[in-house]
Amino acid sequence: MTYSVRSATVRFGATVALDDVTVEVPAGSVVAVVGGDGAGKSTLLRALAGEVPLDGGTVETPPKQRLGYLPASSGSWAALTVTQNIDFVAGIYGLAGDELAARRAELLDRASLTHAAGRLASQLSGGMRRKLGFVMAIVHRPALLILDEPTTGIDPVSRIDLWRLVSEAAASGTAVLMSTTYLDEAERAAHLVVLDRGRILVQGSYDQVRAGFAGVVTQAGQPVRAEWAWRRGRVLHEYWPGGDPSTPSSPPTGATAVAPDLEDIVIALSLARRNTVPA
Amino acid sequence: MTGVLLSASHVTRRFGAFTAVDDVSMRVQPGEVAGLLGANGAGKTTLIRMLLGLIAVTSGRVGLLGGPPDRERRRRLGYVPQGLGLYGDLTVRENLSFSARAYGAAEPALPPALTPHAGVLVRELPLGTQRQVAFLAALAHAPEVLVLDEPTSGVDALARAALWDTIRAQAERGAGVLVTTHYMQEAQQCDRLLLMSDGRLVAEGSEADIIGSTTAVAVRTADWAQAFAALNAAGAPVMLAGRAIRVANADPAGLAEVLKAAGIEASLEPVPATIEERMLMLARGTARGTEPRR
Repeated sequence: MTYSVRSATVRFGATVALDDVTVEVPAGSVVAVVGGDGAGKSTLLRALAGEVPLDGGTVETPPKQRLGYLPASSGSWAALTVTQNIDFVAGIYGLAGDELAARRAELLDRASLTHAAGRLASQLSGGMRRKLGFVMAIVHRPALLILDEPTTGIDPVSRIDLWRLVSEAAASGTAVLMSTTYLDEAERAAHLVVLDRGRILVQGSYDQVRAGFAGVVTQAGQPVRAEWAWRRGRVLHEYWPGGDPSTPSSPPTGATAVAPDLEDIVIALSLARRNTVPA
Repeated sequence: MTGVLLSASHVTRRFGAFTAVDDVSMRVQPGEVAGLLGANGAGKTTLIRMLLGLIAVTSGRVGLLGGPPDRERRRRLGYVPQGLGLYGDLTVRENLSFSARAYGAAEPALPPALTPHAGVLVRELPLGTQRQVAFLAALAHAPEVLVLDEPTSGVDALARAALWDTIRAQAERGAGVLVTTHYMQEAQQCDRLLLMSDGRLVAEGSEADIIGSTTAVAVRTADWAQAFAALNAAGAPVMLAGRAIRVANADPAGLAEVLKAAGIEASLEPVPATIEERMLMLARGTARGTEPRR
């Protein structure tokens, strides 16, 4: 089973939040959406969840009872305990009695939250609260799991825990669509989608994205064209897109070329769009 | 200790019976960007609050600009907290004006990107723009020390590069920068890393120094889902990298046994660990990767 949005366009008033976006999420794999504030990540996720009507295009999503959704906000109730939060959501999906008790115990163990079962959600650390949100989104064994920035702002150890949970869900056949601002996480996904101002800059596996990247990235102390350069540690990287006669598209002789990582590729493509298409 | 902007010497802080920071010594020098890493609860924020003079030490000594972190020295410091420290009900211009006066500095000129937002209430701006305002407010008085708590959380790659440009420019004009981050690619942009775990400073130096002897094993197999399930069930700290599986600090022979018992063919290759994997192993104590789960 593959869930998808195809040629999806979403407008909020005059703002085009999604512009002709096609993304497929196959069962058993993790698709990661990256992009910053206002790129359209949440809108894409909500469109696939059926929470935002499309102005164009189509969406293929399971019925609500087969869908799990973790919103960017905490996704749990602060005044309820961990157990109460899980039981409340499980109840909505008709889980009760021994079946619920077994499922709850299994998920708390996998999320390393067993010791915190009686604690109020308001007293959890950020990472624990996101793990609780994840548990609540997956308690009913959804076919499609949608996670809105599950790891933003939480510590690396909780991030690894969450990635393990996400990997487990995919390994057991769930289709997972998640957004993140961390590009190293996106590299881990089977398929990554880079969004920028409502459009897809590039998508594919990490290897496909790297192989499809045109042009050269160079490294220097001083950039030749400041509007094509960005900071990486102590040095600056600069993008030479190639192929476009209107820009100096090849680096000067003697420039040091670097092998671009995903961070470089995303920045280079974002700059190319900004420098050639007005906002 | 000339040339040290920020220092802790055998600093300990207890809250009741709980030791939040345990005998930590560290320093930040002019012109360097020092990255402070650690899981939640490792003691990073408590250490920062002591360095800034916001809470007292239980024992040991902190130094800011050659003396105790008093009000006069704090004027020469720039601080961007995780919550940004802006007033949501004031406009961009009003926020900058307020902080400039508090530090006795001239009100900073708005860069072109912020000019259209001058009269907008801060709470109505996107997070990325709020961060730019917070940076501008913290830098208006050309601080000699800059302390940044997760400066780029939730920001896109391009905006992150721009913020790092600002951070580097501060170091290049001689400021010492202490920055916390949960983003390991960002940690790699620092000159020097400090890793905290359970209140202690456990490693210091380059990325290689931090990773130390921690290794990982890359598991390659056609049947990644089965392999993942088998290793996970055995309690190994597994994670996916694309469709490859990584296991931190594991013994390849032990993993091979688990996979063989599950009837899965796979190749196992020792690879260098990442900083995150090192942090994971610290959080788990010294547990070996293939030990059964409690």
